Amino acid sequence: MPIVSAALFKHPTTTRCFRSTSIVGVGLLRTFTYRHTYKINQVSFSNSIPSSYYCCATLSTTMEEVKPAFDTDEAAVLVNRLRKTFNSGKTKSYEWRISQLESISKMVDEKEKQIIKALHEDLSKPELEAYLSEILMVKSSCTLALKELKQWMMPKKAETSLATYPSSAEIVSEPLGVVLVISTWNYPFSLSLEPVIGAIAAGNAVVLKPSEIAPATSSLLSRLLGEYMDQSAIIVVEGAVAETSALLEQKWDKIFFTGGARVGRIVMAAAAKNLTPVTLELGGKCPAIVDSNVNLQIASRRIVAGKWVCNNGQACIGVDYIITTKEFAPKLIEALVSVVEEIFGKDPMESKERSRIINSFHFLRLVNLLDEDKVSNKIVYGGQRDGSQLQIAPTILLDVPEDSLIMQEEIFGPLLPIMTVERLEDGFAMINRKPKPLAAYLFSDDEHIKREFVQNVYAGGMAINDTILQVTVTSLPFGGVGESGMGSYHGKFSFDAFSHKKAVLYRSFAGDSPTRYPPYTPGKQKQIKALLSGNIFKIILALLGWFKD
Amino acid sequence: MEKDLGREITEIRECYRNGNTKPIAWRRSQLQALRSFLLDYEIQIFRALNLDLGKHYVEAFRDEVGILKKSVNLALKDLKRWSASTKAKLPAIALLSYAELVPEPLGLILVISSWNFPLGLSLEPLIGAIAAGNAVVLKPSEMSPACSSLLANTLPKYLDNQAIKVIEGGPAVGQQLLQQKWDKIFFTGSAKVGRMVMSEAAKNLTPVTLELGGKCPAVLDSLSWSWDKEVAVKRIVGAKYGSCAGQACISIDYVLVEKSFSSTVVELMKAMIRTMYGDNPKESHSVARIINKHHFLRLKNLLTDQKVKDCIVYGGSTDEDSLYIEPTILVDPPLESAIMAEEIFGPLLPIITLDKIEDSIEFINSRPKPLAIYAFTKDEVLRKRMVSETSSGSVVFNDAIIQFAADTLPFGGIGESGFGKYHGKFSFDTFTHYKAVARRSFFTDFWYRFPPWNNHKLELLEDTYGFDYFGLLLVILGLKRSRKTFHVN
Repeated sequence: MPIVSAALFKHPTTTRCFRSTSIVGVGLLRTFTYRHTYKINQVSFSNSIPSSYYCCATLSTTMEEVKPAFDTDEAAVLVNRLRKTFNSGKTKSYEWRISQLESISKMVDEKEKQIIKALHEDLSKPELEAYLSEILMVKSSCTLALKELKQWMMPKKAETSLATYPSSAEIVSEPLGVVLVISTWNYPFSLSLEPVIGAIAAGNAVVLKPSEIAPATSSLLSRLLGEYMDQSAIIVVEGAVAETSALLEQKWDKIFFTGGARVGRIVMAAAAKNLTPVTLELGGKCPAIVDSNVNLQIASRRIVAGKWVCNNGQACIGVDYIITTKEFAPKLIEALVSVVEEIFGKDPMESKERSRIINSFHFLRLVNLLDEDKVSNKIVYGGQRDGSQLQIAPTILLDVPEDSLIMQEEIFGPLLPIMTVERLEDGFAMINRKPKPLAAYLFSDDEHIKREFVQNVYAGGMAINDTILQVTVTSLPFGGVGESGMGSYHGKFSFDAFSHKKAVLYRSFAGDSPTRYPPYTPGKQKQIKALLSGNIFKIILALLGWFKD
Repeated sequence: MEKDLGREITEIRECYRNGNTKPIAWRRSQLQALRSFLLDYEIQIFRALNLDLGKHYVEAFRDEVGILKKSVNLALKDLKRWSASTKAKLPAIALLSYAELVPEPLGLILVISSWNFPLGLSLEPLIGAIAAGNAVVLKPSEMSPACSSLLANTLPKYLDNQAIKVIEGGPAVGQQLLQQKWDKIFFTGSAKVGRMVMSEAAKNLTPVTLELGGKCPAVLDSLSWSWDKEVAVKRIVGAKYGSCAGQACISIDYVLVEKSFSSTVVELMKAMIRTMYGDNPKESHSVARIINKHHFLRLKNLLTDQKVKDCIVYGGSTDEDSLYIEPTILVDPPLESAIMAEEIFGPLLPIITLDKIEDSIEFINSRPKPLAIYAFTKDEVLRKRMVSETSSGSVVFNDAIIQFAADTLPFGGIGESGFGKYHGKFSFDTFTHYKAVARRSFFTDFWYRFPPWNNHKLELLEDTYGFDYFGLLLVILGLKRSRKTFHVN
C-alpha cells in the first residue's frame, strides 16, 4: 500500500540520521532531536515530530552523523520492559482491558479536533471524511469491543466425542504476549488504532509504530497514547527504516503489519527467525466490474465514493480500475463525470473535498503512470496536476494497454482506468490473471453474473453493487489473500487475530478402559475401531468380544 | 529433477486454475478414495509402520489408521456444511442488504510431513486440504522410507493425479519445493526447519501453518486415592512409551511431582511398565524403536553425562543394532543438562521434583511455550490456575495424547511450538480463505454517504454507525439539534 516505505526499505543506504544544529527541547526526559534526510528521487520532505522516541524528517541538508535515536539495544530494553508487564498478568485482566479501551474512546472524544487537524496536515483530508473514515471507525470499534469483550473472552464449550468419553472440553482465548503493530500513512489514525484495539481487547502488551510518512498523525499518536494509555504496556515508537528494523529484530509474539507487499515480505522474513505469526494487510489492484443493466446514477455515485472520496484513491480497498463492456463504456464515463462534477464542482482541482497526494514521491509516481507513452493519450477526463499543491484531478482513462505500468502496479491515487471487454465474463479472467486483490466489486442486476462473480473471482473480500461497504461490517472479517496479505481483523476477528485459541480438555480418573494400553491384542484393536467409529452399538459388541470388522 | 518438479507443479496449478478441484463432488470423490485406500491397504500400512518404526499394529491403528478413518468420515459427513456460505449480521448503514462469508480454496498447497506419524501427519492435513477444494503436493519424510514409498506408489492409484501428487525426497527436494510459489505451506517438524520454511514462504507471501513440538510437561499432583494414582500413572506411562516410544510432538517430555510423592510415583511407574510391556519390554514388541541411528545416538548422548546417568532409576539400556532404547525413568537430572534443555523425543522420562505442586506453574512459564500441558489433579484451584496462568497449545487434565483424537478442539501450538491449527473443521479452515461478501441493491441509497460534506450528513452518519435508529429519524426529520461544527482549515 504505502509505496514510500517500500522505497525506503529498498534504499536503506540513503537513509541516515543526523543531528540538527539546534536542539529542540520538549521537556521530556529522553528528548533529543534528530533529523532524518530521505532522498527519494530527488524529493525530500520535512516535518518535526515531538516524542519520547525521537526522530524527524527534514528538508535541511546533512549535518554530522550520529547514532539513530532508537536502535536495537533500546528496542530490546523496551520489549523486555513490556514482557515484564505482560508476565505480571496485568494486561490479562478484564478490568485492565476495559480501562484501556475506555481510555482510547475518551481520547478520541476529547482530542477529535487535534486528530482532524493532524490528518489535514498530513493529507489535507476533508474534515468530514476524516471524521467518518478515521474517528468514527475507531469509536465504533471501541464501542463494539467494550460491549462484547466479556462475551469474546468467555471460553467456548466444545463437544467431545466418544473416543475421549467421559470428558468435557473448551476453547480458551489467551493473549499472545507482546505484539508489534506497524501501521501506514493513508488512514494513519484508524489503521493504527484498529489493530491496537484488537490487541488490547485480547489482553496483549503493544508497541505501535505509526508511519513516518504521515508525521503529524504519528507524532500526535505518540503524544496522545502517552497521555491516555498505560505506559507500562502500550507504547508508541516513532521512526522510519532504522527504527522499524530495530523493532523487527526483536522477538515478538505477533506482528501486525499494514503496508505494501514488498515490506510485507521483509516483515515476514524477520518474523520467521523467531517463529512469530504475522498478519499482513496489504493492498492490490481492486477491480470494479460494471454491467450495463445497472442504475447508472447510483452505481456511478458509489464508484466515485469508492475512488475519490476515499482519501482521493489512496486506500487499499479503493477502486483501482473498472471493467465494463465496449458499448457501455461511454455511458459510464459520462455518468461518472457528471457525479464527479456534482460532488467536486466543475473544476475539481479547486475542490477542498478531496485529500491531497501524501508527498512528492507519490505525486511523481502517479504523474509517471499518467505520462507513460501508451497511456497519456488515453485520458478521457481530467489529467491536470499541480505539484505545489500535490494535487491531481480525478482522471479517467479508457482502454490503456494491459501491460502499461498503470495496469501493472497498484495505482493508489485519483487515476481510474476503464478497461473494456466483449463479455463481462472476460473481466473475471482479467482479474484472475492478476494477483488476488484485497477487494473486488461488481455492479450488476443479473443474478447469474453475481453468482458467477462470487464463485469464480478470487479476492480478499467483495461488495456487490457497492464499494468499501464491506469494511464497515464488523461481522465480516477484513483481510487479504495471496498478494493482498494474510490474516484478517475487524470486530471479533481483531480479537481473534491477537488471541491464541487454547484447547482445554478435562478428563476424570473414572471410566478408564484398558483398551488403549499395551499389551496389545487383536481384541483391543477391534475395541479401538469401534470407539473411533463412534458407534455405541459396535462398542458394546466389541467390549463383549462379539464385534467383527 | 528440478525441471521435472517445476513442470509437475505447473501442471497441478493448471489443474487448479481450471477449477477441477473446486466442485463438492470432486472433493467428496477424493475423500472417499482416501477412505478406500485406508481400508484396502491397512495391512501394508501396518507393515510399513513396523518397518520404519517398529510400531505394533494396534498402536498403528490407534494413533494413525483409526484416527485417519475417523477424520475422513467426519470430513465426508460435514463437507456440505463446511463449504456452505454463512450469513453475517449487518449494521444499520447497510439496510436492505446482506452479507455472507464464502469459503474459498486457497489454491496450491504444500504439505511437508514428519516421520514419527508418517501416515497420520501426512494424511490428516491432506484431508483438510482436499475438503477445502485445493490442489496438493505432499512431501512425506524421507526418514520413514517405507511409509513414504507406500504413499508415493499407492495414493496415485486412488487419487486424482492431476491435482494431488506425492513427491518423495530429502532436504534437497524439500528445498526445491520451497522455492516454488505456493498458496499455503503446512509444515510438521522441528522449529529449526520451521524457521527455514517460513523464511522461504515470506518471499512469496505464502501463509504457513507450523506444527512444531516442544517439551510438554505432565504435572502430577499428589493424588490421595490409590485408584486415581494408578490411572494417572497408567496414562502417563501409556502416553510416554506407548505412542511411538515418546517420539511424538505431544508426548510427555518430563513429569513434575512434589518431592514427597516422587518415590511413590517411581514405584508405580516401574510396576506399570512391567504390566504393559512385561519384564523384557524389548520382546513385547509394544514399544516402537528409534527412527534411525542419528536419533538413537542423540538419545544415547543425552544419557552419557555422568550427572544424568546417576539419575536413572529404571531402564537405561540401549541396543544399537535394533535401535531400541528401553523405557527409562530418571529422577531430578540437572536442569541445565541437555535432557532438560532439548525436546527429548524418545523413551526417556525425567521426573523433576518440586517443593509444592503449585511451583510447576513457575517452572513451566520459565521455559518456551509447549505444544501441550498435561495436569493430573483433582484440585479445582490448581486447574483454574493452570489454564489461566500458563500458555501452551493445549491443556489436558488427567489424561495425555487423547486431545489428538478430539475433532472439536483445535490442534496447534503457540510460540516455539508453532502456529496455526487443524483437526476437524479447523483443518478445513486452515486451507480456506473466508471471503467477505457484502451485497446491496440499487433501491436504497443513503445520500449522506457522499460529499459535498456538511454537518447534517455527519450526524446522520454518526447515528448510523452508532446504531441509533431513533436519532437517525430525528436528524432526517430535522428535529435533532446540531451537535458540532468543524473549523479546521
